[in-house]
Amino acid sequence: MSATRIPAGYVPLTDAAPLIAAQEMGFAAEERLVLELHRAPSWSSLRDMLAFGQVDAAQMLAPVPVAAALGVGGASTPFSVLSVLSVNGTVIGVSSSLARRLADAGHDFSFDDAASAGKALITATGPGLRIGVPFPFSMHTELLHYWLQGLAADTGRGISIRTVPPPLMTDAIKSGEIDAFCVGEPWGSLAVENGAGALLLPGRAIWSFAPEKVLAVRSAWAEAEPGLAGRLIRALWRAGRWLADPASRGLAAEILSARRYLDLPAEIIERALSGKFTVTPQGLQREVPGFIGFHDGAAGFPWRSQAQWIALQLAERTGLDRHRALRMAGPVFRSDLYRSALRGTGADLPGASSKLEGTVGTPLLAAGESGTVSLLPNRFFDGRVFDPMAAD
Amino acid sequence: MPDALSIVVVETDRERAFMIVDGLRDAGEFDIQVISEPSGLARQIQMRDPDVVLIDIANPSRDVLEELTLASGAMDRPVAMFVDRSEDGMTAAAVEAGVSAYVVDGLQAARLKPVLDAAIARFRLFQRMRTELAETKRALEERKVIDRAKGMVMKARGIGEDEAYALLRKAAMDQNKRVAEVAQALVTAAGLLA
Repeated sequence: MSATRIPAGYVPLTDAAPLIAAQEMGFAAEERLVLELHRAPSWSSLRDMLAFGQVDAAQMLAPVPVAAALGVGGASTPFSVLSVLSVNGTVIGVSSSLARRLADAGHDFSFDDAASAGKALITATGPGLRIGVPFPFSMHTELLHYWLQGLAADTGRGISIRTVPPPLMTDAIKSGEIDAFCVGEPWGSLAVENGAGALLLPGRAIWSFAPEKVLAVRSAWAEAEPGLAGRLIRALWRAGRWLADPASRGLAAEILSARRYLDLPAEIIERALSGKFTVTPQGLQREVPGFIGFHDGAAGFPWRSQAQWIALQLAERTGLDRHRALRMAGPVFRSDLYRSALRGTGADLPGASSKLEGTVGTPLLAAGESGTVSLLPNRFFDGRVFDPMAAD
Repeated sequence: MPDALSIVVVETDRERAFMIVDGLRDAGEFDIQVISEPSGLARQIQMRDPDVVLIDIANPSRDVLEELTLASGAMDRPVAMFVDRSEDGMTAAAVEAGVSAYVVDGLQAARLKPVLDAAIARFRLFQRMRTELAETKRALEERKVIDRAKGMVMKARGIGEDEAYALLRKAAMDQNKRVAEVAQALVTAAGLLA
């Protein structure tokens, strides 16, 4: 039987790895699929490529399909999330001058304590702080809002979060247009490499198990092509498992660094995959185990509660009705399709499709469809718990 | 008679911006402004408050415009129309599927059609000229390199021009490369050995 071609889009980032590995390492071929990979210059253009049918599947910021379902942002086509491609994988950084002020004030750049780093940042800058993010509907934006609110810093009063395309982030920091940024790797490491800034925190210090990029398709496509959707889910699940193996890191970084994909040095890309970071231009090293997750802890499972957490954050920010937002968002993450695609493959499938977010402190065995599922720590920096049932 | 449509063209390349503006002027009465500086794009556009924003679909700064849809509430102002660099019909699809996705508040798609058509036509013309110029330059460069490599082969082997070229061509075919590539490799290697 001949392979089916699926045009798929991605944005050049380290976490585009599952799509690229699925094609390059033959996981797509195992499902008789050929992924025609299209590199998109921006998130809005990738979203539109998907909406208008230029591609049938896309790596997408987790909040984009949720925002579309709520009717905010530029998309009017309904999207479905087939799986989570990556968990965490972003960094927060500051300009070199701000890094100096933080260091002078005694901040140790420990790279793991969101509360103390946040307080140091706000004390050093006051309310005028300007932070760059790649897209208004992104985990970067949501995590920053959550973090600043948790620190009782009202983002409405002075602190501004503005959109800066990742390739322009270094320039924006250098020219003083922004003081800090939250961006996906390798753009943070590139800013350090260019001497523009220093890294303050990994995104996971704010929420240790935040869905970052998802595999999105048009909802109509998912309905019309359930078989293809299942094959796609399985191919990407295998790619995620391969990427999670430390032995794959070197090769994964090499493949990603190719000119047609990220076109950046493998050494910089490998920092995120290995969790070994250079956080200042002076060479300070920090290690972040599990900086980015592709597989462990049922990382690929699209929890409806993840979609609802995002929806609630969006609703609060845009003044939408909370109840409606929760109701509309849940079904966007298709835990049902994910289950049916992976049943019988040996993949970890949780027993529920929604969970309390923020309760898992140490790795935990939870009830699965058959046997148990191991879950990884899932904590918010301020210890809060998100209960989708109570929120409604 | 409605007021002239106000248009902001976001384009860092001056020549290309002029070309698009010219095309728009031919298409109708518009109030046109060009933004060439990508920093603070959202602020600049908000200040000018245009009816339409024209930006290349491949411009990464496009994401900045998404902020406007949020800042001003859910879609209560028109934002982006796109100039298409690629030939994959994205613009046609965008127009079919969703000019209205970006254009609201009584601004009719029919009024935008000529704007978009003119901008795209000019943009494509410019791209074509650029490509042709680059191609011509490249061909000239290649010719020079091939001539040098040919000269080196003639000297080293004591053969004539046609024969030297035939040798280069055969090497290229054997390695599944272009003659210019083989010639460049030879010139580079000779430079290293000299």
